[in-house]
Amino acid sequence: MQADEEMKKRAEAALGKNAAYGEDFNLDEYGIAPDNAEKADNLEELSEEDQRTLLNVGFTPSEDNRSGSLIMLDNTVTHTSLRDKDVVELMSLKDAMKKHEWVKDYMWKLVKPDADKYTAMSYLQKANGYFIRAPEGKKSKMPVQTCLLIGSKQVSQTVHNIVVVEKGAELDIITGCSAKHGIDKGLHLGISEMYVKKGATLNFTMVHNWAEQIGVRPRTVVHVEEGGTYISNYITLKPVKSIQSYPTVILEGKGAFARLNTIAVAHPGSELDLGSRVIFNAEDTKAELISRTITIGGNAIARGEMIGNANNAKGHLECHGLVLGGGMQRAIPILEANVEDIELSHEAAVGRIARDQIEYLMARGLSEEESVGMIVRGFLDVGIQGIPDELKADIDATIAMIGEKAI
Amino acid sequence: MLEINNLTVEIGGRRILKGVDLNVKTGYTNVLFGPNGAGKSALLMTLMGFSGYNVVEGEIIFKGEDITNMSVSERAQMGMGIMTQRPPNMSGVKLHDLLNVISKDPKDTDILAETLDMVRFFERDVNVGFSGGEIKRSEILQLSAQNPDLILLDEPESGVDLVSIDQLGHTIKELLQKGCKCAGDRCKHGKSALVITHTGQVLDYIEADRGYILCNGTVMCSGNPREMLTDIKKQGYEECIKCKLMKK
Repeated sequence: MQADEEMKKRAEAALGKNAAYGEDFNLDEYGIAPDNAEKADNLEELSEEDQRTLLNVGFTPSEDNRSGSLIMLDNTVTHTSLRDKDVVELMSLKDAMKKHEWVKDYMWKLVKPDADKYTAMSYLQKANGYFIRAPEGKKSKMPVQTCLLIGSKQVSQTVHNIVVVEKGAELDIITGCSAKHGIDKGLHLGISEMYVKKGATLNFTMVHNWAEQIGVRPRTVVHVEEGGTYISNYITLKPVKSIQSYPTVILEGKGAFARLNTIAVAHPGSELDLGSRVIFNAEDTKAELISRTITIGGNAIARGEMIGNANNAKGHLECHGLVLGGGMQRAIPILEANVEDIELSHEAAVGRIARDQIEYLMARGLSEEESVGMIVRGFLDVGIQGIPDELKADIDATIAMIGEKAI
Repeated sequence: MLEINNLTVEIGGRRILKGVDLNVKTGYTNVLFGPNGAGKSALLMTLMGFSGYNVVEGEIIFKGEDITNMSVSERAQMGMGIMTQRPPNMSGVKLHDLLNVISKDPKDTDILAETLDMVRFFERDVNVGFSGGEIKRSEILQLSAQNPDLILLDEPESGVDLVSIDQLGHTIKELLQKGCKCAGDRCKHGKSALVITHTGQVLDYIEADRGYILCNGTVMCSGNPREMLTDIKKQGYEECIKCKLMKK
């Protein structure tokens, strides 16, 4: 209890603490998101518009090919359903805390409440979110889907997610984040703490589809034990005011592996500050960080950081950025070796599409738009598996739009 | 099919081609000889409309239409196709996806891909990490899929081993003369081509109708391509330059 009081004091003190870098948001400008929204049991009864919002972030309202679903609207978990009860546990974090006393042992262990004003706010709000756990040795054939949705104007949504993949288990999660139609201003603060235990695999796909005046400040840390695998795919292709995200993966056990793919498009007025960090704390750990960003008028910063603290660790970082029709691209790769026997490398390139590449395709009979579209599609294709068809169609439409805009 | 009149071209302000006159009739395969740096590749790149090759004088007539100011796409859509010496690395663009988009007859393309042993490259990014010979095979496969009426080939045999030359030569022949029963038929219905060659090896496979020698951006001479090749092998290009100067 004393420790809780101490933590609360520190969080309160941190409410005025800006993030280490990037645009600051004044939290006082945003109301607290409501936590009394109505439950939505049958998702197919949602309005067509709401269903479309869900589909565009990879969330299937019919729940076909999903082992479970959870929706959080503002600060209320409005929907939870679970098909594969034996292989996965899914509920709101608040329900999980009631059900399992040990859940608190996973909370605020990887992310510090006083890291900055956004973590402090989420801590002090006692944010709700999702709790997903794959029991030891269990493998779900279908992914769990979750959606974090802002539904009220000018509010800050606070979210706290806990994911635990027990020893030898496998889990796929698709998380979509979006704002309801007509919501133009808001703030999304999200804490995610994920635990991949010995020999376990977590496949995490996150799709962002915000609106032009929304600020997004997720804070994610993933802890991977011996032989564990963490794969993350992060996709953000639509306008947003500002995203600042820098998920950190700690490879704590021997032979642990992480791969993080980021694909992002910065629209005019959007400020995307996207990074990923891997800390190699055990022998034979490996990681790949791949980032593909396109600016069509906005700013895109691709950070990538690898910190090697153990022998025989291997990591490769790849940041490629395209400038199509204005905007700014900045790649900031950081490699740090604290032991001798380590292999970390990076490859960064920013610029326009080479004219000879476009004309090569034009000489095969493609129009200039088609040529740019084909190159952009290839540029963004980092081999992400299991993207729902609706989302694929949406990605294609975005690429076609980029192709037209780029000329 | 193709008529080039008084074509003068600059690259970055430097004059590369000076008053070139040349034509390729329907069904004819014409060959371009000339020393390194003569402007042969520049001529082909200009014909295709690639940026950086600025036409300052003259005109290019293709199928009766002035295409001098047309885009690369428009020329390709009218039936022009090219195999360049050094195609760019197309990161992210899979060979199979590209073939799907450009193939006039996907079935034929698949069969040819088998023959050229290119099926295993379908999921590879076009040209990325390809060897010299693999690039040529991939290019001829794409050209065949595209099936143009005028084919521009820039040294199709360079960087290709002896076995592959045979395969490549036959594929080029097939592309140029497909369905033609005899020489007369070829001149009426065959494809037209303009081929750059240094070694003349490709002439073992295709019928060449007319040869041009290009030196210092100007056409020095034209005539029977095989005779020309023999002369060049014997006396080099210096004689052609001298000959031209004497005539002046």
